[in-house]
Amino acid sequence: MRDEEQIIASILSGDTEKYHDLIRPYERSVYRIALSLTQNESDAEDVAQEAFLKAFRNLAAFLGRAKFSTWLISITLNEARGRLRRQSLVRMESLDQTPEEDGHVSPALLRDWREVPFEALERKEIREMLREAIVGLSPIYREVVMLRDVEELSVEETAAALAISVASVKTRLHRARIVLQKALAPQLKTANPKRRWFQWS
Amino acid sequence: MVIECTHVWDHISGYLDDSLSPETRELVQLHLEHCEICSAILDSTRNILVLTADDRVFEFPVGFSDRLHARLALEIAGASGDSCKDSAD
Repeated sequence: MRDEEQIIASILSGDTEKYHDLIRPYERSVYRIALSLTQNESDAEDVAQEAFLKAFRNLAAFLGRAKFSTWLISITLNEARGRLRRQSLVRMESLDQTPEEDGHVSPALLRDWREVPFEALERKEIREMLREAIVGLSPIYREVVMLRDVEELSVEETAAALAISVASVKTRLHRARIVLQKALAPQLKTANPKRRWFQWS
Repeated sequence: MVIECTHVWDHISGYLDDSLSPETRELVQLHLEHCEICSAILDSTRNILVLTADDRVFEFPVGFSDRLHARLALEIAGASGDSCKDSAD
């Protein structure tokens, strides 16, 4: 396992070329998070580049209390939110204005579920369906799903990156997951060709 | 003690994260063993989350890495130049 603290110390003491190696494992995550928020490939690339540049310029301020990846993701989130605010593309919800958070949401009721295999992702319409369901979530729910379920951060790391409590992460995650199930399960069930052979009715 | 389907739904996310208390987890587990609807909800939610995490859902653009590192190289060269200048001053 690589020692990121050591790499960061080397960069700070002048071996700045090592920054290329430091960030390589996180390129995909940073881009995906940026894309999920900006919903535009060109903006996402700009946001991702800016986030990596800001992290480089501010590396001395990284105190190692969190993991480097968590710190980098929080910079990415701020960069994406800032860009969205500037573009006024979406109304940014402040953290204390989350009216949806209290509302109850029920899952889609199914009698049985035959797993949708990874091979289904070869189909463009399935990939689009999943992507649209995620970007269709309100930003506060999209962020937790992206960090916890797509980038597979722990609940604690997700809370740290978003600067919210662990309890809020759990509440938002629960709602987001049920909303995704409700939106996607009926569609995926009919989109999964194997299902047709076993339809009950 | 028996719990209703609607209570089980409240615990789906916690069940997937394995963050329920042992007592609650056991109640949910018992319910799932006898309820095909809740089992299907749990399985579908888990399956959907696994699919959304696949790299193919949010595709990585061709050339992204090259463009990023080229831009970083300029920044890094600039930073090194500054520090050379600083030490020369």
